[in-house]
Amino acid sequence: MTMTQPLQGRDEAQMIASILAGDSQQFHQLIRPYERRLYVMALSMLRNEADAEDAAQEACLKAFRNLATFRADSKFGTWLVSITLNVARNRLRRNRLTQMESLDIPPEEQGHVSPALLRDWREVPSEVLERAEVRRTLQNAIVALPEIYREVFLLRDVEGLSIKEAAETLGVSEASVKVRLHRARTMLQKTLAPELKSLVPQKGRWFPWL
Amino acid sequence: MVIDCKHVWNNISGYLDGTLDPALLQQVQKHLEQCGICSAILDSTRNILILTADERVFELPLGYSDRLHARLEANIRGISPSPIGG
Ligand SMILES: [Zn+2]
Repeated sequence: MTMTQPLQGRDEAQMIASILAGDSQQFHQLIRPYERRLYVMALSMLRNEADAEDAAQEACLKAFRNLATFRADSKFGTWLVSITLNVARNRLRRNRLTQMESLDIPPEEQGHVSPALLRDWREVPSEVLERAEVRRTLQNAIVALPEIYREVFLLRDVEGLSIKEAAETLGVSEASVKVRLHRARTMLQKTLAPELKSLVPQKGRWFPWL
Repeated sequence: MVIDCKHVWNNISGYLDGTLDPALLQQVQKHLEQCGICSAILDSTRNILILTADERVFELPLGYSDRLHARLEANIRGISPSPIGG
């Protein structure tokens, strides 16, 4: 992936130039590699499949309309992701206004998050993701993160943005990204480590024949 | 300097991202070599980040891509993105 990035960047720059010159059909090709990421981002933020799909579509239309403002010194994928994040944020804000819901944003300084304490950890292989219950457990843990932690976790650990890119996307300092990221990861470890241990029996301890 | 477990937990994320300064990194590393609890926390956190970033966690709804491109097509056919400031 990393090795093909420069090439991909060049291809994308060419596609963007043709689209801006009037070949709008190329936009379909341009966004194809990112479709999945946009949906995952929107779903994790909005927690509803239909809303997420609509938000991903809206983000793509926005990207098309604003394509001329895309600056080639940033990655196209990062730009798309930040548009999607903003679309999702606006929808959440709208819902909150209509439902008079309180923000689930804890104050930045609020308490310390401690990890789940374990004596040992046996690697859980990614094959366990074939099991629907494991997928559901992971989904639930991600969407249960408070919004400010969920955003930074998604940008950095799911979308693979750098700390600097995540800070720019969220409009906060890099120090703040690091603090939020640390809390997000600790919260996930706290929830998921015990659950994964019980969902995925660790080999060799109580059942030496396994 | 000897650092305690809590201090290590506070730096697990920085450790994984490689953003700790060299002196702190060395302290954390030394602690991890000796402390089973902290190394299990590090391993489980790393493992969980690999799992949660896996594409298989979230499934795309059936027909998602078709609907996306159909909506795009309906909106972009024959028009160009507006020029900057336009
Ligand atoms: Zn320790």
